[in-house]
Amino acid sequence: MAEKFDLQEREVWDGNYAASQALRQAQVDVVAAYPITPSTPIVENYGSYVANGYIDGEFVMVESEHAAMSGCVGASAAGGRVATATSSQGFALMTEVLYQASGMRLPIVLTVVNRALASPLNVRGDHSDMYLGRDSGWIQLDAFNAQEAYDMTLCAFKIGENHSVRLPVMVHQDGFITSHTAQNVYPLPDEVAYNFVGDFQPLDDMLDFSRPVTYGAQTEEDWHFEHKARQHKAIIDSRAVIEEVFAEFEKLSGRKYKRVESYMMEDAEVAIVALGTTVETAIVAARELREEGIKAGIVAPRCFRPFPYDAIREALENTKSVAVLDRSSPGGAMGALFNEVSAALYTTANRPLVTNFIYGLGGRDFSVAEAKRILKEQKAHAEAGHITTDIQQFSGLRGPKLGFFQTKRG
Amino acid sequence: MTEIRWHSRAGQGAVTGAKSLGDVVATTGKEVQAFALYGSAKRGAALRAYNRIDDEQILNHAKFMNPDFVLVIDPALAFTDNITEHEAEHTKYIITTHLSKEELLAGIPALAGKEERVYIVDCVQISLDTIGRSIPNAPMLGAFVKISGMFELDYFLDNMKRVLAKFPQKIIDGNMNAITRAYNEVK
Repeated sequence: MAEKFDLQEREVWDGNYAASQALRQAQVDVVAAYPITPSTPIVENYGSYVANGYIDGEFVMVESEHAAMSGCVGASAAGGRVATATSSQGFALMTEVLYQASGMRLPIVLTVVNRALASPLNVRGDHSDMYLGRDSGWIQLDAFNAQEAYDMTLCAFKIGENHSVRLPVMVHQDGFITSHTAQNVYPLPDEVAYNFVGDFQPLDDMLDFSRPVTYGAQTEEDWHFEHKARQHKAIIDSRAVIEEVFAEFEKLSGRKYKRVESYMMEDAEVAIVALGTTVETAIVAARELREEGIKAGIVAPRCFRPFPYDAIREALENTKSVAVLDRSSPGGAMGALFNEVSAALYTTANRPLVTNFIYGLGGRDFSVAEAKRILKEQKAHAEAGHITTDIQQFSGLRGPKLGFFQTKRG
Repeated sequence: MTEIRWHSRAGQGAVTGAKSLGDVVATTGKEVQAFALYGSAKRGAALRAYNRIDDEQILNHAKFMNPDFVLVIDPALAFTDNITEHEAEHTKYIITTHLSKEELLAGIPALAGKEERVYIVDCVQISLDTIGRSIPNAPMLGAFVKISGMFELDYFLDNMKRVLAKFPQKIIDGNMNAITRAYNEVK
């Protein structure tokens, strides 16, 4: 029996500590992990809980992230609650096995501390690794601060392990900006947190010898397509379960989450759509602009996968101009979030103007002043009735302005 | 919102200092933020740590700030780092030094005209005397408590004991003495 951990009602935790505490409270059976900056403290903290007797489960130290996720796949298929953590290059090395995990419908929880991908080598936060996982068939939840890193990690188990979902779930937080920033965090007592997550309910577990099953079978053109279609339907259909879990979590914690978060959007004419800590910094900017008479609001996918095509449309359909911010180098395209938001808005009657900002790569700071400048540009587009700048711009870049593509279409 | 910027070298404890301050401030019911700009910094490299303190949840995650307080815990960084960067008209400076205030100011032209907002304390000597090592973060907290007037000294000491609870009694006592001495000696 694990030792009792002394928790205060109000703690000052960074995002890594918050995530590791959620893993402890969920009573994970197996954590197989390999450390990498900036998610190392999740693994390190968890290791110290194990060493100090706070964990009943197994902690497997492996030789790489590929092995870490492989260990998770094995343990999950065997029928246990399983979690790990990674970032950046480690995430990239895991990628092959991420697809295996989702294809085998294994409800593993991966806490991802978002960091840039090399080259050039960079340890700081951007969303390159999160975007790398976007077609991997995992549910992706996004935390904007340390409290949410804790909350979303608890919710992740309950969502992924639901038998009508049975999918792996990533919980993303921004490297350093969340992971190494201590803020007030209000944890649930151990018992409340565990009862919320609930006992692990195995399904087709390999350790049930009375009912042998196969994981990771080969299917060619005869059945592969049907498997992938079922998997896609499962992740799209998980929307209802995500909403149920968030509603249940609100009853316990008083903290309300939605697949798409909207701030000051009731009458907003201009908006920023973003992910991660930028969402909160942009809220500060929108509040200040409202004092200047600009009706600004912020929209943020809490759930990056399944992409909330429906809820994004509802949140933004009455706006005039929207800036979509991508914190990942798009490598010769428009930003991924821009593309997905634009596609959703194309099906609305109003079709707001949509522009794209690439920003914050490799941890470049994103200030309230820059968020205000971007929102004011949207105001100018709204007044002109068309996009008055390049459609895609780089924000916060040194040197001359960089931007691409223009249109006068209203 | 109160914003604080620490100037330090990796290993001097600015990150721990910022987090400890956050820990104590949170017990008063306020919301806090403590973070640092380091990453792959090696021991001895210049770094900056930051605090934000407010009555409401802190949403601003930018590194950029116009600090209300600048805390310099490495004596040389007062001269070599840009400690007045993004300063406000009311920014207060607490600088660790063995020099007199006049000698210190003579070497830092950027502080000209701001003399009444500059405070000095010898955090290095205080930590050597009380903790036995050059860990200037704890004394700086004592100096900050005095200059900011944010807490009563006894309240701060009681809460720091809780933050340091995992350490041996000797270390806790050393830190308490360091904080108290700096509180009394900062000028």
